[in-house]
Amino acid sequence: MSPALRPHFSTAGLRQGARAAFPAFPGFIMFALAFGTAASQKGLSLGETLGLSAFVYAGASQMVGLEIWQSAWTPSTILTIMTVTAVVNARMILLGATLQPWLKDEPLARTALNLFLITEAGWLVGTRYHSEGGRDVGVLLGCGLVLWVVWLVSTFTGFFAGALVPEPKRFGLDLVMPIFFGVMLVPLWKGAKPALPWLVAGLVSLVVHALVPGYVFIIAGALAGVIAGMLIE
Amino acid sequence: MSMTGTIIASPWGAVLAIAAMMLATFLCRIAGVVVMSRVRITPRIERGLRALPGSIILATILPVVLDNGWPAIMALTAAIVAMAATRIDIVGLAAGLGTLAVIRALG
Repeated sequence: MSPALRPHFSTAGLRQGARAAFPAFPGFIMFALAFGTAASQKGLSLGETLGLSAFVYAGASQMVGLEIWQSAWTPSTILTIMTVTAVVNARMILLGATLQPWLKDEPLARTALNLFLITEAGWLVGTRYHSEGGRDVGVLLGCGLVLWVVWLVSTFTGFFAGALVPEPKRFGLDLVMPIFFGVMLVPLWKGAKPALPWLVAGLVSLVVHALVPGYVFIIAGALAGVIAGMLIE
Repeated sequence: MSMTGTIIASPWGAVLAIAAMMLATFLCRIAGVVVMSRVRITPRIERGLRALPGSIILATILPVVLDNGWPAIMALTAAIVAMAATRIDIVGLAAGLGTLAVIRALG
């Protein structure tokens, strides 16, 4: 393997990652605006709302968290919200698993920061770069940092100006995340045979989605894809 | 009164709730890296891992897109075709969202 292809870190990579994050902005902005608006309607303070976006930084679990948010907390309600959060975000375990070979020689603190900032969108941008031969960890971190700032600013905007945001459905913005995901699937295409496990993953997720409520379908489908990949020679 | 029923004085309840959510999420974020660094990567496991990114994407979007019917399917198709033709992600995204907006405006 040539030295250029070994995992490394550079500030040029940080800038490249920040630029590569741009296509993920529409989805991030729409989701965080919606979260900020929902949180203020639910009666959360600005500090609580920004705290959730800054520290939890995982949209689906923040939305589900609002459903069970309390005005007075007890140890048992805190345990409940922690468990629900873990269940909703368990799919992130899979994102980390795919990043491990890339991050394995990184300093621990930088990996901790990189992983704290991992979202599906940032992971997609990083995975595309990696699948095209890039190994600069700075790209992943630059992308993660920029998306985190976009998330916070949009949460803040949604908290105060949610009512001013136009109906997202009119511009197709309710489906911006799945469409972005679909776009990022294209650079991963390496022919029909390597894509067979994807088909298995899609079919299993459809079946699980029809039978089980919640977000289990993502993990079930993805794991089915991994097993299919292991079985297909 | 039992321990689990004790009300935590504000604002510490909300602080603890956010901290608990952060901890649960961070553990999910690092777990994959921690586990994989302790697993010996055999060719079989490597094949499985290689299938994972595309599998995550399809497992995430397929149910959502099908739930939204043919306008969403058309939009996704347009996005993928535009991306395959140009390899520019923002063009693919714009083609998908534009298609969806046009179909909804006409429908």
